[in-house]
Amino acid sequence: MYKYDQYDQAMVDTRVEEFRDQTRRRLEGKLTEAQFTPLRLKNGLYLQLHAYMLRVAIPYGTLDSRQMHALADIADTYDRGYGHFTTRQNIQYNWIKLEEAPDLLADLAKVEMHAIQTSGNCIRNISSDHFAGAAADELVDPRPYAELLRQWSSFHPEFNALPRKFKIAVIASETDRAAMRLHDIGINIVKNEAGELGAAFYVGGGMGRTPMIAPCINPFVPLDQLVTYAEACLRVYNRYGRRDNKYKARIKILVHELGAEEYTRQVEEEFAHLLGQGVEPPLAELERIRTYFEDPAFQDASNDTIDRSDPDFALWVDRNTVPHKREGYVSAVISLKPVGGIPGDATARQMHVMAELAKSYSFDELRVMHTQNIVLPHVRKATLYTLWQTLEAEGLGSPNLDMIEDIIACPGLDYCSLANARSIPVAQKIAERFASTGKTDALGQLKLKISGCINACGHHHAGHIGILGVDRKGVENYQLLLGGSEAEDVSLAKITGPGFDENGIVDAVETVTDVYTRERQDGERFLDTYRRIGMDPFKEALYG
Amino acid sequence: MAETLRYRDDEPVDHPAVTVDSFLDQSNATAVRIEPGDDARDLIPHLERLALVEVNFPAFGDGRGYSSARVLREAGYEGELRAVGDVLVDYLAYMRRCGFDAFEPDQQFDRDDVEAAFERWPEVYQAAADERTPIWAKRHA
Repeated sequence: MYKYDQYDQAMVDTRVEEFRDQTRRRLEGKLTEAQFTPLRLKNGLYLQLHAYMLRVAIPYGTLDSRQMHALADIADTYDRGYGHFTTRQNIQYNWIKLEEAPDLLADLAKVEMHAIQTSGNCIRNISSDHFAGAAADELVDPRPYAELLRQWSSFHPEFNALPRKFKIAVIASETDRAAMRLHDIGINIVKNEAGELGAAFYVGGGMGRTPMIAPCINPFVPLDQLVTYAEACLRVYNRYGRRDNKYKARIKILVHELGAEEYTRQVEEEFAHLLGQGVEPPLAELERIRTYFEDPAFQDASNDTIDRSDPDFALWVDRNTVPHKREGYVSAVISLKPVGGIPGDATARQMHVMAELAKSYSFDELRVMHTQNIVLPHVRKATLYTLWQTLEAEGLGSPNLDMIEDIIACPGLDYCSLANARSIPVAQKIAERFASTGKTDALGQLKLKISGCINACGHHHAGHIGILGVDRKGVENYQLLLGGSEAEDVSLAKITGPGFDENGIVDAVETVTDVYTRERQDGERFLDTYRRIGMDPFKEALYG
Repeated sequence: MAETLRYRDDEPVDHPAVTVDSFLDQSNATAVRIEPGDDARDLIPHLERLALVEVNFPAFGDGRGYSSARVLREAGYEGELRAVGDVLVDYLAYMRRCGFDAFEPDQQFDRDDVEAAFERWPEVYQAAADERTPIWAKRHA
């Protein structure tokens, strides 16, 4: 895991003091609310429906037990004893007092954490593959590249007032576990024919009210030009991205309006110029960062076996563990989706428990998934049963990874000032319905994603089944979408037709899953069946 | 009108800046004002005769002026580069890094706040249009 040196530490410490000063000037009236707003946003502080919400960055979703313990302590000290893990691998606290925020940031800085640029019109926290460094199928660990870009993008002087927010994801395998092509910039670390590593740049993807899949604008940027190329992408955006309408200000609109070819031409021209400006760190810096991501001291676990005599445990193993690059190890997913719970929420006690488990069983490492679950990346098979018993006892053992109960949901109208409809109760009702009918099992992989407004924080465009909450003449109404995917088979979901009320949407989800159960052929997931048979049979069942 | 902060030793230009369009039409102007929608690169053929470039920030949240500044410095412009308009103290350090060396804010700065803004950051992560050494260069010195 990356460790701060004196420079990194100085930067976060300085940021805390800067924000303390800004907060003081705001409370003294020297800054207007309009002037203060972007400053607090760049420290992750939103004003929500009931209180301030603070979003803490978890760079590329990786943290250690000390940091997870600190997040738990923050939940107890400054919030109401819980936190919410987000679709960008961060954590949010919902009940923060402005005057306490500087102290909270100081507590974070003590464990090499921060809330820098987790909001606002700037480059946001960089996300990555939650199985990085553990996945059996990865080319290299993508996190060193994400860390290089984290440092480059932190306090970037030119890009501190972009037309709109800017999100970057970095992966390094053919399997996309980070929704890479639905980011403003998606980077895939690849190998060329000469066996050299480079970065494929996908630019102009995103969800929100105008979802778009990012086109590849350069299939191979050499690693010693990575930062320069990103700088060129951003400069063209900063200069020409639309500022007349905030709903058209994301880079996806610029790329779409110019056309990928013309945007690429402008980037290449800027890139050629910037290559002579000395903005690229030496490769030695990438090497330095890489040393922090070397494999932990794996043991010879090739003889490890799993005792499957406890059927509940065996089910959890089948559902919630995934293959690891080392024999005898797995990555174990801790579900934050208990039936009837709030997707992505964890109590301070649960955070402490997960931290202890990471320390005992996973080389002191945890990951946050964009699906709002937690990963213990490196677990020996022989220790799984003991680990699972603790998870079960703490309400963390739901065996539902990528099943219909593993719902992504934004905070919705229960917390968010932008929302038009509640997301959490809909997620709860759907999970309860499928758990009680016992249909979850038979459906296999089915990714259901709920957003409470058009901004799409709940990734509804990328759901095999998506739900979008809207306001219809003062009443919450839910549109149903089918056929999206955030993975390497990326696609955007389509709306089925007229929306439903809160109970109606739960029935509608059950209806479309029944169509799938009836129509599916051998081994097909819901998504595969939808792609084969199209929308009509589902519409017929819903509205016919 | 608030006082102009200037971090240069030469004499300030004593005539007003003209628009980019007028500047390109006349051969004798030495001061020009860039608006957010202007392309700073249009000035590059004429840098020799320029003594003052003002970059207007009509609203502090419109960040195009940061790129305009860097574009000019990267092209070799050495004259005064002045940020004017809705220029706020919390952005001064960023502006300085992009090459601005003068500031003419709509609203007067508090001197102590200005000093704090410029002294605050002990290190920088990136190479930009100023002389500061990025952290990565110090690590591998």
